[in-house]
Amino acid sequence: MTTTAQDQEISQLEEVARRIRVGVIRGVNKAKAGHLGGPLSAADILAALYFHIMRVRPAEPTWPDRDRFILSKGHSSIGLYSALAVRGYFPVEELLTFDSLGSRLQGHPDMTRLPGLDMSTGSLGMGISAGIGIALGTRLAGRDSRTFVMLGDGECQEGEVWEAAFLAPRYHLDNLIAIVDHNKLQQYGWPGAGPEDRLPPAWPGELVAKWSAFGWRVLEVDGHDMAAVVRVLEEATVGDGRPVAIIANTIKGRGVSFMEGRYYWHTRTMTDEEFATAMADLGEPVITAGGAA
Amino acid sequence: MTLPMGRALRDVFGQTVTELASNDPRIVMLDADTGSSTKADIFQKAHPERFLQMGIAEQNMLGVAAGLATTGFVPFVSTFVAFAVVRPLDQIRVLIAQTGLNVKICGGYAGLFTGVTGKTHLIVDDLSIMRAMPGMVTVAPADDIEADQVLRWAASYYGPVYIRLVRDATQRLFDEKYEFDPGRAVVVRDGCDVTLVSTGTQTPRVVDAAELLVARGIQAQVLHVPTLKPLDVPAIVAAADLTGLVVTVEEGTVIGGLGGAVAETLSEHRPTLVKRIGLQDVFGESASNDELLELYGLSAARVADQVQAFIEARASAHHALGAS
Repeated sequence: MTTTAQDQEISQLEEVARRIRVGVIRGVNKAKAGHLGGPLSAADILAALYFHIMRVRPAEPTWPDRDRFILSKGHSSIGLYSALAVRGYFPVEELLTFDSLGSRLQGHPDMTRLPGLDMSTGSLGMGISAGIGIALGTRLAGRDSRTFVMLGDGECQEGEVWEAAFLAPRYHLDNLIAIVDHNKLQQYGWPGAGPEDRLPPAWPGELVAKWSAFGWRVLEVDGHDMAAVVRVLEEATVGDGRPVAIIANTIKGRGVSFMEGRYYWHTRTMTDEEFATAMADLGEPVITAGGAA
Repeated sequence: MTLPMGRALRDVFGQTVTELASNDPRIVMLDADTGSSTKADIFQKAHPERFLQMGIAEQNMLGVAAGLATTGFVPFVSTFVAFAVVRPLDQIRVLIAQTGLNVKICGGYAGLFTGVTGKTHLIVDDLSIMRAMPGMVTVAPADDIEADQVLRWAASYYGPVYIRLVRDATQRLFDEKYEFDPGRAVVVRDGCDVTLVSTGTQTPRVVDAAELLVARGIQAQVLHVPTLKPLDVPAIVAAADLTGLVVTVEEGTVIGGLGGAVAETLSEHRPTLVKRIGLQDVFGESASNDELLELYGLSAARVADQVQAFIEARASAHHALGAS
């Protein structure tokens, strides 16, 4: 691929990420419920996975040879739903049913309702274990599927994550790629210097050191630099016998000015004015009943 | 005369699942470092590539099982009940019960026979917990014959199943002609004075208790309930209709397990006096199997005494009412 062609694809992926973020904002605004900070920090990685890296067939979501994705930080569900919708698994308009009665788009991902979900999640720490099971199963079945699991950095406080981290290298699961969305904030956390400050769930370098110590091949990336994200994911899929952990340095609430880096936008309802600002930040016209606002 | 001894359910588990796996390449065994105790080691010797050692990390193990199930494998998850059910309960709830994935949770060392381990390993409420979980088929086989059939059935059924298995040899209730019918209770002894409802490896001791009661002029019907969920409501109601007096007997807490299930069922469908024999809201402790059965009133002799006392107390209550 020529440099120009590469640049063009990166631009396209950035546009996908923008549309994923727009879906997040619209879905949460309509539901007046749901999470914002985490889905926004994950959007670029989701775009790269579903539009460049993963071998999937949206029209055949149970295709046995597909790559799998598990959103272990299940509370960021709207981010995954938005990525699936933009990818063509279901109509983008369905994002407006998020969290409502009878919707396939439950507050946390429910694989019994929505095709395209490779695992139900929402209780933290579990997705990585299920990812090991899928990686073992696809390998036992002789398939070359890759399994991607996205965790939160706060989620890494769960003990089960480290049970899983202990086990995966023992089975040489280089078809398993954990991505930690290291957005440096959790829902409430520990107080920092100012009234709006919070200490990060992990210190700089801590996640790299810990996953490395457990025997994982650890890669680090700026989770908002699309070219770098694509590069690191491509590198991760070339196995060397070890499971891979990608520590993606991200910004919680990325893409919406007043949400970036603010812990209380983990989950919060937007006012109409805030919604308009968010959409403007994302370069998306707001269509109201009376036309463009 | 008492019922003869059969094979230990753990031995049945190791042998039957190993045999099933020889004919079904989808079957895998997950162990949490207790395989030499649960007899999952038999499976390892026969199918080393499908024996997955998860180490002492049970929450992760249940999650791995869920993932494997999505790729078409049939995971049998094996460790002691304490670590197969109670410790990874949220993983079971979210990843297995809520998803309906095809995972078989095999809880070894169930009931009182835990090899003198004491209260941490002696789980009194596994049946209460599992039958309360939506979608979880819950089975407690009575003996080696039934355990073998339950395991074979579980392998052929798609969905989560909890199977209660026992460490030490217990009595044999059934003969080779018996056929386990999932979701069905079975009358294993006829009688018309009282119905004794039991489950798991307690049922043979209850049959022995019924024999002891004959000499005391009491003919007890014995209803064996291997499947706690789905519960055989018609069988329980029919038993209550027949005798009008029900005693539940279980090797576990009387709260929420078999006793709870029968009391719930009868108060809704056929209000009947029910006495619940089992652990009375207490944890277990370390002692030999026989000592524990005596302590908690679950030996055949202790069950017979309690049933007799219950019937006599009811008769005198009726007499007092009639005299007033």
